[in-house]
Parts: sequence; C-alpha cells; structure tokens
Amino acid sequence: MSSFWSAWIIVLTLGTLIGLIWLLRWNMSNYTDVPEGEEMDHDFDGIVEINNPLPTWWTYLFWVCLAWAFVYLALYPGLGNFKGLLGWSSSNQQVRSLEESQQAVQAAREDGDIVQYDREIRRAQEEFGPIFQAFAQQPIKDLIKDEQALKIGQRLYLQNCAQCHGSNAMGGKGFPNLTDDDWLYGGSPEDIKVSLLEGRRGNMPSWNEQFNEQQISELATYVLSLSGRKVDTEMAKAGEQNFAVCAACHGQDGKGNQSLGAPNLTDNIWLYGGSQAAVEETLREGRFGVMPAWKDILGEDKIHIISAYVYSLSNESEEE
Amino acid sequence: MMSQTSPQEVEYNLKVVRQFSIMTIIWGIVGMTVGVLIAAQLIWPELNFNTPWLTYSRLRPLHTNAVIFAFGTSALFATSYYVVQKTCKVRLFSDNLAAFTFWGWQAVIIAAVITLPMGLTSSKEYAELEWPIDILIAVTWIAYVIVFFGTLVKRKTSHIYVANWFYGAFIITIAVLHISNSMAVPVSFGKSYSIYSGAVDAMMQWWYGHNAVGFLLTAGFLGMMYYFVPKQAERPVYSYRLSVVHFWGLISLYIWAGPHHLHYTALPDWTQNLGMVMSVVLFVPSWGGMINGIMTLSGAWHKLKTDPILRFLIVSLSFYGMSTFEGPMMAIKSVNALSHYTDWTIGHVHSGALGWVAMITIGALYHLIPRLYGQTQIHSLRLVNIHFWLHTIGVVLYIVAMWISGVMQGLMWRAVNTDGTLTYSFVEGVQASYPFWFVRFVGGLFIVAGMLLMAYNCYKTIRAEKQLTATDNAAQSA
Repeated sequence: MSSFWSAWIIVLTLGTLIGLIWLLRWNMSNYTDVPEGEEMDHDFDGIVEINNPLPTWWTYLFWVCLAWAFVYLALYPGLGNFKGLLGWSSSNQQVRSLEESQQAVQAAREDGDIVQYDREIRRAQEEFGPIFQAFAQQPIKDLIKDEQALKIGQRLYLQNCAQCHGSNAMGGKGFPNLTDDDWLYGGSPEDIKVSLLEGRRGNMPSWNEQFNEQQISELATYVLSLSGRKVDTEMAKAGEQNFAVCAACHGQDGKGNQSLGAPNLTDNIWLYGGSQAAVEETLREGRFGVMPAWKDILGEDKIHIISAYVYSLSNESEEE
Repeated sequence: MMSQTSPQEVEYNLKVVRQFSIMTIIWGIVGMTVGVLIAAQLIWPELNFNTPWLTYSRLRPLHTNAVIFAFGTSALFATSYYVVQKTCKVRLFSDNLAAFTFWGWQAVIIAAVITLPMGLTSSKEYAELEWPIDILIAVTWIAYVIVFFGTLVKRKTSHIYVANWFYGAFIITIAVLHISNSMAVPVSFGKSYSIYSGAVDAMMQWWYGHNAVGFLLTAGFLGMMYYFVPKQAERPVYSYRLSVVHFWGLISLYIWAGPHHLHYTALPDWTQNLGMVMSVVLFVPSWGGMINGIMTLSGAWHKLKTDPILRFLIVSLSFYGMSTFEGPMMAIKSVNALSHYTDWTIGHVHSGALGWVAMITIGALYHLIPRLYGQTQIHSLRLVNIHFWLHTIGVVLYIVAMWISGVMQGLMWRAVNTDGTLTYSFVEGVQASYPFWFVRFVGGLFIVAGMLLMAYNCYKTIRAEKQLTATDNAAQSA
C-alpha cells in the first residue's frame, strides 16, 4: 500500500474515533437552552423529546470501548501500513508461490515466529509430527494390520478425500471406486502412494472429429461387447473395424494400460457410466479426470498412512 | 397535542402509504413461507421435487430478497412516507414520483421472483439480481431520495425529527452502496461480471452486505421505532441528546463493519482488524437506540399489559438490543473463529430479522393500518395478542435452535484427536444438526401462522365500515 493510502486510512480511522470522543463529550454537557429533564421546544406530530442526560453507565461503556479501540490499534495492524507494536500478523499474506511461502516461514521463524499461522502449524508439527513419522517408517503392508494407523488413515481420508471419492470410498461418476480391485494406475502400495503424492491426469481424447455419429455408436457398442454385455452383433462388428485407434491406449484386448491410466474396458466397471449413451458421450466429448497432487498439502508422512488406509479397503490384512 | 406551527389541515398522500403497507404484509407472507420451505428442504431434500426452480440454491436468495427487499423495504417505504409527512406537516414532495417508487419497487420484486428461481444471479449475496434489475433499483431509489428529501426541504416545521435523520441516512447510504457494489460489465441480458475482483470484490461485497444490515435493517427501522414507539406509548422520547450521540455514532461506525464478514480470509490483516475494532465500538451507539426506545416507556410500563401492539414494539427493541450485543461479539476474531460459517450466524441474523425488523414492522403496521383506512382501532386486539405470542414463540424456537446447532457445529469442526486429526467429518456435523433444523422449521411455521392471522385482521379492519375519513383520522391522530 502506498504511503498516501496508508495515511488516508490512518486519518479516516483516527478522525472517526476522535470525532466520537468529541461527540460524546459534547453531548454529556447540556448545550441546549432547555433545563435537563424538561421537554425540548419542538413537537413533531404530537411527539416531544425530553432533554434527559445520557445514562452514566452507558457513557462509561462508550469510554471503555473507545479506549480499547486505541489500545488495540496500537498493538495490532489496523492503521494503514503501521504493523502494530506486537509485530503480529495472521499469515504470510503477500506470498505468491510455495517457494516464497517457505522463505517467509523461515524469515518469520528467525524473527521469533510472529506469524500466527506459521506458529500454529509449527506447534502442530512438533506435537503430532512424530506420531505420523513413526507410522511412515513402516511398510504399508504392515500398516494395514495396525488398527490405530488405519483409524488415523480413515480420518485423514474422510477430511481430505471423501469429498470426491465418498465417505464409503465407493466413488461416483468420474471419481473411481477405491474399494474394488480395479485400478486405473495400479493398486500396489507404491502405485497408490504415487497417485496421492503426485496426482494423476486422466486424458481420454474426443473423437467427434474423426468419427461420425454412426461410427461412434458402433464403437460404443463394440466397447460394451468387450465386457460381455448383450449387444447388436452387427453394430459391434462394424465398431471393431475402428477399434485400432482405441487399442493404442486401451490395448488390442481392451484390458487397458495402467502406465497410461487407460481403463480396462472388459471388466464392466465404468468411471463415467456404462450405458450406450454414456459410452457414446465419452467417445464424442472425451474425458479429463483430475486427481490433485497432495504432496505439498498433506506431506509425505500423512500420505503414507492414507495410502495404507486406501490399500486396506481392497486388501484384507489376513490375505498377507 | 396539536402542534402550534400548522393549525390548518394538511392533505397527506396516504395512497402510496396504503399501497406499500398492504404489500408489506403480502410480501412478508410470501418471503417467510419460502423461508419455511427451504428450512424444510434442509431436513427433507426431496421437497425440491427434482425441479431446478425449487432447489434450495435458487430459493434461498429468493427468500432473502423477499424478506429484506420486498417485506422490509416496503415497510420502510410505507412508514417513511407516512412519518416524513406527519412530522414535517407537509404533503409528499411529488405524488407522481412517489407512485413511481411504488410501481418501480414492485416491478423489481416481481423481476426477482421470476429471475432468481430461473437461476439468474450475479452470485453476490443480497445483491443477486442481475444488471437490468439493478438499474431499475437504482432509478427507483433515486426517485425515493428525491421524494423523501424533497419533502424534508419543504417541511413546515423548524427542526427535522430524529426519525427522519435515520430514514434519510438509510436512503442515501443504500443508494451509494447499491450502485457501488453492483457495478458490472454485462455480457448478455441475464449475465454480467462484477468490475471488482479478488479480495477487493469480497470487500466491496461485504461493505455493501453488512450495511444492508446496518443501514437498511437497522437505521431504517430505528427511524420507524422513533415514530411508532412514542406514538403508540403516548409518551415523550426519553432523551434528545442520546438520540444525537447514538445517531452519529451508529452511522459513522456501521460503515466500517463489513470486513468482519471476511475474518481469516485473504483480506489484509489491517482491514480485518479495523472492521473488528469498529464493530465492537458500534455496540455502544447501537444500544443507545434501544435505551432511548425502551426508556420512552418509563412511566407507562403498565401499558404493556393491555396493549399487544406496544408489546410488539418494545419486545422488538429487546431483540434489537440482544442482536446488537451479539453482533459485535461475533465480530471479535477469536469468537468469529468459532461462529463463522455455522448456524450461529443464521440465528444471529434471524434474531435481528424476525425479532427486531419483523416485530417493529408488525407493531407499526397494527398502529398504521386502522389510521390509513378511517378506523380508530384494529379489528381484533385479541388476534394481535395471539399473533404476538405465535411470533415470539417462533422467534425463540428459531434462534435458540440455531444457537445450539451453531455452537455445536463450530465445536465439532475444531475438535481434534490426540493424533492431531480432526475428530468429525463435515457430514457428521450435518447429521448432528438435524434435530435443531427441525425445531427451526417449527419456529418458522409459528411465524407464518402469525403473519396469516395478521393478514386476516388487517383485511377485516380495512373492510369494516369507515368511522372517519382517512384524512380526518390522520389529522386527529396527530
């Protein structure tokens, strides 16, 4: 903020507060020519006003609040660029990137943690960090036998993942079911953890430029036939002619490719719906699925525990 | 008690006052019924009947617009036009412009009733209406400014009565706020984009939003209070000097209070803190109004026993005192950290809206309707009394339910396990709120039932045989 606007704010603020002090003092004396307790000499549609003094307790309340306002504005930010005598701030509001944020956190730490958000995060890390760290050092396959780890994992899941994947982890349209054995990017503990850390980008191109409506309809029919659905065999046959372009990602047999995140088309599990119309829409419009990267939000230790929870949903510990 | 300044009778424009008064009751019933419907939808979501126009997201802005701008603002139009004429002893500045404000304002409301369920919205809370309607609001409001201040200018009294200070402050400030906040670039007839962005947009929005509360729902209704309380109580206003301090204190502090809606957001610290400091100090002048209103009754407390209309007016002031204490408290950042985004805020708003705004309006209308239609008395005081209890029970059920669910939600959201993870997921807080939402819904039913009773009572009053001509009556009640 430029010093002009800072000064503007200071003048307006102090002007208002000082104006109120003047207003209160002025009205604590009887400046009218009517004695206190008597009616003012104007009458409005039969309404008259009495020249009663201000209630004393109320004026005290006003003085206390005004005094508090000055003290607060001396201690904390409020008067334009003046930072307040305590040097307090809520968070590093001016940062524009993670790097800047890390620098700001470091700088505030050297100043004695005057930034409230940093201070609270640091306290939480000191108090709870070791708990997560201890779990993070164990392999995921061991963690799924640890009831406490799974409980923490479930709570973290409910706070951070349930918004898309559902509190029962069964997903929804566009959001994969995490409780079955079907994995877009692999279901090993390591694969799950990478999905969480780095995020995923599912990209199904749209084909409405290359294929006409009839061809899209045929292709969709063929795709449905791959999972053993009853379809018009003529249509499916015609669709098969064009499946080569799909095979590039989904494979000749349609079983998908986890390194690309291309879904298996033969298992009758449908991320965007398995009706003829839904598959046609997928072909026509394409799909773009986004799993965000959680590395910088949750940190690796917590992600390790969530990965164990997600892994446990489709892998009972007894099977080990 | 006739004034010495104007012995001859003034022909007041009561037509526009009647029109706005009737519409206040009708829009009150509509707006509150929509409120009850969306309260029910929170418990039984099927009540949207899978129809886009009936979804909560579209009806909620319809509810807020209907109660604030259709019910509340019609009441302010009606009473300000009445009060400014009676206390200035002069007819409205222009009958045509006054009629224009009535039809213009009703057109705005009809447009809102159509466009909001269609899903047309600027997405700014309490300023959802799209730009063509915003322009109509601005034009109508400027006409209102001209009628009101024109009348003040040609007044036959030496001073301007305190009620008119409050009405005037409300009218000017709402014009400034509405025009500033609604500035937008239109892209089509039903869509526009705000000219502000980011934190500035948020600040503009809540500068507007909080002062819709501060000036429209507070200052405006204080104007109403300053006329109808002393009139109904037949007592002098307690303290002239208190009204001076609390008027200037209130309007100079309210305008700063917006940032408390944006605590712990991207708004700069200094802005948040200034908003909080001014909001807390505001508590004192706010109470000035309550003291002046309630103390006006000193020496006439016994009237509360026999006069349910006065009871409406005085109880509204108690709710006013309660919510103007609660508001500054909730503006304190550490309290806000608990209360923000919870039902506590909804409870606070409704203790103001149903307790203060609706009750003072209902009381004022029960005073006004007979006088506008040549009667000396409302059709049935017994029904007014029943309405009073229905409304009071409704408000108490509503706000107590929201206090409990609000504090419960705030505590559930911040509860932390020994391992640092949150104890409850969001949906658990929702589940725990259901019983309180049901109580709130029942409270709403009580309130709408009372409003229907009021409509019947007023209808009977209007249709009763005239005892006096309206002008006679207006002059006599002076």
